[in-house]
Amino acid sequence: MSTILSVQNLKTRFTTFDGTVYAVNGVDFDLKQGETLAVVGESGSGKSVTMLSLLGLLPAESAAVSGEAYLQLESIEANLLGISKEQLNRIRGKHISIVFQDALRSLNPVMTVGEQISESLITHMGYNKKNARSRAVELLEDVGISYPEKRYYSYPHQFSGGMRQRAMIAIAIACEPEILIADEPTTALDVTIQTQIVDLTRRLQDKMGMTVIWITHDLGVVAGIADRVMVMYAGMPIEKAPVDELYENPQHPYTEGLLGAIPEIGETEQNRLISIGGAPPDLFAAPKHCQFAWRCPYVFDRCWREIPPYFEVGDGHFSKCFYDMNTQQARGEE
Amino acid sequence: MSEKKETAISTGLLIDEKADRSIAGKIAYVWRLLWRDKAGLLGLIMFLSVVFAAVFSPWITPHDPMQQNIEASKQAPVWGEEGTAEHILGTDSLGRDVLSRIIYGSRVSITVGFLGVMMAFTLGMIIGLISGYKGGRTDNIIMTLVNMILSLPYLVFVVFVAAILGNSLLNVILIFGFTDIPIFVRVTRGEVLRLREEGFIEAAKSIGQTTPKIIFHHIMPNLLGPLITLATFEMSAMIFYEAGLGFLGLSVPPTIPSWGNMLAMGRQYLTVYPWMSVYPGLAIVFTGFGMNLFGDWLRDAMDPRMRRKKK
Repeated sequence: MSTILSVQNLKTRFTTFDGTVYAVNGVDFDLKQGETLAVVGESGSGKSVTMLSLLGLLPAESAAVSGEAYLQLESIEANLLGISKEQLNRIRGKHISIVFQDALRSLNPVMTVGEQISESLITHMGYNKKNARSRAVELLEDVGISYPEKRYYSYPHQFSGGMRQRAMIAIAIACEPEILIADEPTTALDVTIQTQIVDLTRRLQDKMGMTVIWITHDLGVVAGIADRVMVMYAGMPIEKAPVDELYENPQHPYTEGLLGAIPEIGETEQNRLISIGGAPPDLFAAPKHCQFAWRCPYVFDRCWREIPPYFEVGDGHFSKCFYDMNTQQARGEE
Repeated sequence: MSEKKETAISTGLLIDEKADRSIAGKIAYVWRLLWRDKAGLLGLIMFLSVVFAAVFSPWITPHDPMQQNIEASKQAPVWGEEGTAEHILGTDSLGRDVLSRIIYGSRVSITVGFLGVMMAFTLGMIIGLISGYKGGRTDNIIMTLVNMILSLPYLVFVVFVAAILGNSLLNVILIFGFTDIPIFVRVTRGEVLRLREEGFIEAAKSIGQTTPKIIFHHIMPNLLGPLITLATFEMSAMIFYEAGLGFLGLSVPPTIPSWGNMLAMGRQYLTVYPWMSVYPGLAIVFTGFGMNLFGDWLRDAMDPRMRRKKK
């Protein structure tokens, strides 16, 4: 499988009135064609900001983004972080699309749903209005909306939550992008609709051969869809692993804590839900040592001195931690 | 209304079921929206009757509004003492027919109101869009200017400019058009500041829409509802102000019949011959009331979220 997106040392900071916020502090990952990469982490861990940075969607006046992101597709090659807004406009929607969490906020209330799907077809694919309309109706059908002919003329507020998210997906896949970023698309939905949206995305992924980045804080969803998982904490990926490997053999204390916090059916009083003590660090200071040190049960002096590098702990399994879970000893030369 | 149709409306499906997208279908749709809100319909009828009077003045007036006739001066309306059917609403101190003058007076009011608001609307919206979307220094400069204009005592400023530029219809339109720009700028800018942070603008960017397209295709349609509503209210306000300016003798020259001029002239006879000023006054109230009713309906009708609600 070839790498189609390679992100290196992505950093994003925001200049605010209260000081600089270090939101993303060096993200590296490779995205392989056709896979599903899940990005997991708690709120504020920088998952969404990473993706918005890649697509240049952060406000230019307050956000500073650095690093490289090489897009290597058959039809186009570019460093997403080094090209002009015009060039980026030709990539967004055409090669990389994003589905946002809150579908109601992401749809224009005064335009019909159909118009919003057509729009992207007209912009990128050179469709005329009539062709775009018939294609948009097909897309509505593809994402499982009944009476697509009629629904084309509906406004977003006439759709249910699940239908809106389907419509958002229709907009995102309209130009058959190579990469689809799903930014917590199921968070605002109830469990049955969540499952439907997950299934829909998988079906479309198989049909169109898309590569998907699925952002979530729900490890239950991850198990069902991902090939690989990247766990983020305080703006850094702290563990990257194939999905099964991560669940069976978590190598970072944070991941271990997250997995311990998933409730299991048949749990008894004695087997209480584990929670990670403490709170995520203040992002107003640039990281100087392991950001999990405050909350880590295995912390030792080196953790307070430097940021751990990636240790390859298994096949395609990387952990940003000085502590070896298996041997219960420190690792790496000091 | 049949039960089935009623359910359809409450679920918001009626329009989709009757997908008639021809021009006739759209007109029928607007008519249904109007029929549902009788106050809006009444307002539209009132407003259109004034427009009708303005457009067809020469054909519907019984007399030449400028024709003086000292012998027939200060005549009471037809139902008053010594009133004649010749002059239904009586005559003024120079013997001119009040009804004819009111009908002709609508021309000034409608012209000033319409063109003045058009000017303020267009310029105000463009300036507001730039100010709100660009932000930063551009925004600061524009808003400083706007606040300066707003901080001028409005009536004193208008009177001052009118006194310098002199009395003419064009000057009145320009004065009102110009002094009304800040309101449109402020409303537009406020809306743009809110809208540009909306998720759907981010979403539009995420599918590669260019800045002009975002401004004109995504932001502007969201502005039209509030702005057109504001325009109807501003237009009725402008008609009031024009009358006020006319009352002070600073609007169109006294040779042109206008409601403000009529008020000014009838003032000295108010207690003796009230019809000279009461009827033009009623014409102003009628127009303003109609426009406000219509404006209220328009605000709801422009918003798809309000439109489908069952009244």
